[in-house]
Formats: sequence, C-alpha cells, structure tokens
Amino acid sequence: MFEIASADFIAPDVKRFRIIAPAVAKKHQAGQFVILRVHDLGERIPITIAESDPDSGEITIIVQGIGRTTKDLNRKTSGDQIPDLVGPLGQPTHIENWGKAVIVSGGVGTAEALPIARAMKAAGNEVISIIGARTKSLVIAEELMKDLCDEVIVTTDDGSYGIKGLVIEPLRPMLESSSPPRLILAVGPLPMMKAVAELTRPYNIKTMVSLNTIMIDGTGMCGGCRATVDGKTVFVCVDGPEFDGHKVDFGELQQRIGQFKNQERQSLDQFLRSCRAEKSVEG
Amino acid sequence: MSTSATPSPDKQLTPKERMRIPRQKMPEQDPRQRTTNFNEVNLGLTEEMAIEEAQRCLQCAKPLCIDGCPVIIKIPEFIELIVQGDFIGAAAKIKEDSSLPAVCGRVCPQENQCEATCVVGNRFSPVAIGNLERFVADYEREHDMIQVPERAAVTGKKVAVIGSGPAGLACATDMAIYGHDVTIFEALHEYGGVLAYGIPEFRLPKKVLSVEIENLKKLGVKFVKNYLIGKTRTLDELLNEDGFEAAFIGTGAGLPWFLNLPGENLNGVYSANEFLTRVNLMKAYIFPEADTPVQIAKTAVVIGGGNTAMDSVRTAKRLGAKRAIIVYRRSEEEMPARIEEVHHAKEEGIEFQLLQAPIKYLDDGNGWLKGIECIKMELGEPDDSGRRRPVPIEGSEFFIEADFAVVAIGNGSNPLLARTTPGLDINKWGNIITASETGATSKPGVFAGGDIVSGGATVILAMGDGRKAAAAMDEYLKSKAKVASDE
Repeated sequence: MFEIASADFIAPDVKRFRIIAPAVAKKHQAGQFVILRVHDLGERIPITIAESDPDSGEITIIVQGIGRTTKDLNRKTSGDQIPDLVGPLGQPTHIENWGKAVIVSGGVGTAEALPIARAMKAAGNEVISIIGARTKSLVIAEELMKDLCDEVIVTTDDGSYGIKGLVIEPLRPMLESSSPPRLILAVGPLPMMKAVAELTRPYNIKTMVSLNTIMIDGTGMCGGCRATVDGKTVFVCVDGPEFDGHKVDFGELQQRIGQFKNQERQSLDQFLRSCRAEKSVEG
Repeated sequence: MSTSATPSPDKQLTPKERMRIPRQKMPEQDPRQRTTNFNEVNLGLTEEMAIEEAQRCLQCAKPLCIDGCPVIIKIPEFIELIVQGDFIGAAAKIKEDSSLPAVCGRVCPQENQCEATCVVGNRFSPVAIGNLERFVADYEREHDMIQVPERAAVTGKKVAVIGSGPAGLACATDMAIYGHDVTIFEALHEYGGVLAYGIPEFRLPKKVLSVEIENLKKLGVKFVKNYLIGKTRTLDELLNEDGFEAAFIGTGAGLPWFLNLPGENLNGVYSANEFLTRVNLMKAYIFPEADTPVQIAKTAVVIGGGNTAMDSVRTAKRLGAKRAIIVYRRSEEEMPARIEEVHHAKEEGIEFQLLQAPIKYLDDGNGWLKGIECIKMELGEPDDSGRRRPVPIEGSEFFIEADFAVVAIGNGSNPLLARTTPGLDINKWGNIITASETGATSKPGVFAGGDIVSGGATVILAMGDGRKAAAAMDEYLKSKAKVASDE
C-alpha cells in the first residue's frame, strides 16, 4: 500500500498527488515513470513522475482525469491508499550540455517535464520552456518552470493566455534564428509531439519525444507498448520512453493507443454510472 | 495412519493383477461446456479412483520413474501410501522433495518424465503419477490439512529471492526450511510469476496458487511485491546495503519474441505474454468488472506449437472466438506442447494448421489486422534441436482471414537485471551463466535458475533449479560463516 500524503486539484480535472514511496523517490531520475493500480480489479497504467524527494520519501504525480482509472484516482484524497505502485520504470532522460535546449510540453506533460528541465539546467544548458494548453485554466506548472528555466513561453489554443495558437508557433522562429537550440524535447499529447517532430525535421535538430503507450507490466514482459522507431520494433517501457522523434512511426502509435477505445468507453461509462448511484444513495 | 476411505481388502496383488487394472481416466469437464467458461478442465480423481490407480504401481526395486523426475520425488513411496489410504502421508512424502505438488500435478509434462520411464508403461499405459500427485495435494488442501514443513534452527542469515515464479518459490521454500531469513521480491502486484500471469485458470486455478503462497508465508518467507530489482533497488544494494548475504535470481522468461514480419504491430496482433497476462493476471475475462479489456476475436490465429500457444488458443476460444486456429510450421510430432494439451485443444474444436508459417500480417486499412498471409512448409534435414527443419514451399502462399493473432514463439531474456548488476556474466542470448550443478553465477553469493538461465523450459525444471541452488546457497552461507569464525 502506498499512502497519499497530499492531493490537490491544480486545474479542472487535473490533480497533483504526493505519494509516500521512499524506494521509488530515492531512485527516480528525470523522464522515468511508475505503473499503478487503484483497486483490486484495476488496470495497470503508467504515469510519469513529476517530482521526487528522496528525503521525505515522496513522489509527485499529476493526473488528468480522462479514463476510468484516472477519474477514479482523482477521487482519492490525502490519507487514502494506492494498492499497487512500482517504479521508477523506463530509461532516464539522456542529459548532457547541449548549449541551448527547448522543452516543449502540453497538458500534464508540463509537470512531467519539470525534472527534465531541472536536470538540463543543472547540466549547464540554457533551457527554454514552451508550454501549450487548450485554455488558460489548463496551464499548469508555469511558475515552477519559471523557477527552473531561462525563459518560459505559454501558448493557448483559444488565445485566453499567452500566444494564441499551438506550441509550434513560438518554436518556429527559434529554429530560424542565428543560434538555434541543439535539442528539442517534447512531452505531451501525441499529436503535439508529432507536430514538433515534423516542424524540426527539415532543420535537422535533434528532437526527443516521450511516448506514452498502453502498458501492462512495464518491465518488458508483455510487449503491449511496442512502437516502431527507425523501422525497428521497440518496447517503450524498457527501451524508452524517450525516442528520436524524427524516427518514430507516429501513425502506427496513434492507432495502437486507440486499440481499446471502445472498451475504455464502456469501462468509463460503467464507472460513472456507479459513481452516480453512489451519490444518489448518499444524497 | 489412515486418513480416509479404507482401501479394498488388504491383499497383496501380483504384478500381473496390478497391470491388469486399467489406468483411471481423469474426469473432465465436457468439452462443449468448458469452452464457455474458465473453470478447470480436469476435475481430479476420486478417492476410490486414486487408490485403484495407485495399485497399478509395481513398487519396482529400482524405480525408473524417479530417474525421470527433475526433483527426484520418491514416487513409489508416495504411491504406496495412497494404496494404504494415507493421503496426507503421501502428500508429506512428496513435499520432502517438491514444494508445489498441486501445481506440478497439473502442469508437469509427466508423459516425458516420470511416466515416460514407468515400467508398467512398457506394455500398458503408465501409472498416472501426475494425477496421483495432484490428487493427494488437492486432498490435503481441500481437507484443510496442509502441514507446514519443519524449519531448522534459525540462522539469522538474510537471503533474497528475486522473482516469485516456480524457481523462486522452490528456492525460497528450501532456504526457509534450512532456517534462513528469506525475502521474495516480485515486480508485479501478485505472486507466482508465470503461474499467475501465464498459465490459465482452466489449467491452474489461482486459488491453488494462492494457498501455496500462504503456506510459504506460514513457513516464514517474507513477500515484497511491486518491487523491481534492477530499478527499485539494485542487486548490489541488496547485498551491500540491505544485509542480504546471498541472492537467487529467478526472474523468468523475458521479452517476448516476435517474428519481425510486416504488419506485426497492427492492432489485433499480440504477444502470448500480453494476451495471457491480460486474461489471467488482469482478469480481462470478467471485463468490465475488471478494468483491463481484451479483444474478443471472430477468428483467432495463434502462431506456435508449445504449451503457451495451446493456452492462448484455448483462451481465445473461451473468450468467444468463432474460430480458433493454431498455425505451426512443423508437424504435430514436433510440437513441444504436452500431448494432453493438444488433445484437450482438439476436443474443444481448436483447428490445427500444421506445416504452415506466417509471412505477413495484413491491414484492414484502419490499422487493424484483417488476415495473415502464410506459406506452406515441408520438413527437411534435422536442425540443431534435432527436429526436422521446416522449409518453405515456394509459391504455396495463401491467406487466412483473421482479426486476432497471438505470437507464441517464445521469449528472449530480460536485460533489466543484468544491465544493472556489474560482474554478472550472461551469454550472447542474455541468459545468466551458471555452474550447472549449483546454479552459482559469476558473482559470489549470487545464484540463478529457471528460464532466465535456460532460456525457456518447464515449471518443474525451474523448480529443480531453485532447489539445487538452495542447497548450494546453504553450503555457501555455511562456509562463509566458517571462514568468518576461523578468522
């Protein structure tokens, strides 16, 4: 059992959990994730670690309530238990001094990119953060990024905050500039990462993307997370999660991620019905 | 002591009379019924049947059956106790050499081991040793009379067992009996390794496994789950910082192999590990009550001819596939699956397409599998494994319509532990190199066994490795203590 030390909503449907997991906190490096389950018949889902504190033994994860498990998780509060959690899994982000690095993040990916920004900065990089969100209320971790990075740029789809448009808008002029970044790292929804990789491809600037696939065990045993990179099959859980965005087959990945969408819908609907039933009993 | 039905009048049967008794047929769930549920296929012998079957044993002076057993169970002795009606005594006799009889009685390939060398089998059907083993283990459990083995005096020495599959469980049992302080580390959220995620409920009910795990806990073995050695903690940290004086690695089969054919990452194509893990460990067969989904196939094709392939194809059928097909590149004779599993599969309406191999998975245009292009094979000269090598017949390509495929062709090794353990030697396939007699690795105090060493074998061979390593680990700890006291 893993106790939740604190749980706070930081945006609509987006909750930050601090979980007591000392062994994981001690070993965590930027880019790694955990796999957890919320109940005895629960599914195993991967979630990137947003922060870890080896001294307090806590890890932080940011959860956006989208499917059955994340919505269930977001009902939990401090003092509640998470029955199963294992990690840190995956290869850590490759950190080196590139000179100038841009971290592009979208949605909860911004929180997940925090440890990467911190490690890149510590390695001596000039780090620029581009944060993308649908709308102002969904911009998370901006202040934290400001503490870590040399520059933070926010874009929103609806223009309610920062630059109106997608993350690639402010990125484009950087690629054209006289001192372009030597590394781009994208963390967030698949279409965003794909757009970033496509934008940087002609400039031949190294672009890493952090893939979030369906996983079960997370230790290489099942192969459910497989993706095609550079024409070869990789297991995202043990070979990744970060790969060269110019070599990832995004089309295949998009299809694989949607493999169970009908069942996921069914599972979520059933869960929401049971929540409503619970509420009406309580009411 | 008699614990049950008194056996038939106490008379000595002649060998001839014994051999004349027909082998007792294992009662089974009806094939038509069982393809609609996940309940166990084999129902178990009755007490009367078990005694009758036990009387078939000739009690050979030099029992060859024992030579066929990887853990050297005293087979004639436990069978004689069954004849006497002492089922609990028989179970205790088996447990002197094997820690998981209820499991092995179900999943061991007895036909290639103890029963293959049974003398009765020379002229008639061999004594049903496996069914008898299962009977006494079930009897003991169902009557709530499982005895926890006695432990030697506590040594206070901490031993780590990495992986809770058959090799780890066997090693942990013996190390606990030797008096050591044993902790098993498991990466998943349930214990049992392949017994939990791989072997289906209809062949090994999970309650059988959970009782075995409970017994190990009673024996004093500590269990830690959600703990991945190599990530959560390294092996060196266990040995150098956490006070463990020796470790056994039984991490099992690793990454599933694919054939690297075009279209292998289409939706609807799974590794056997993924498919079976979804259904067994994650209980997708009761989705949406359990959260993890699984695809229900119209036509399921399983590539491979081993037990895992049989488990996969029979699972697909139970989930509702209209057609469930085995595609195997050699002939039935070369199939590594147990005869019983092939037989059960055929009874359940599984189709066998032999001497065929897939060459390409075809896309329906939306990223989903619509069928498999295959090619016919013929058998050529024997290869390294001694089996005749399958050779494609040119121009014999054909198409199987299928919306679901499972690749069940084996596993490579998982590099996770070796990568994070300097000084642990592995071979070119990534399997840990050990001394065959002891399971000792290149790293002092570290032993290994099961599939991570062999590359892929059976539950009982893994258990044999675990026991062998336990004996060597015990010696290692004793000699280490002696050196320390001499100094």
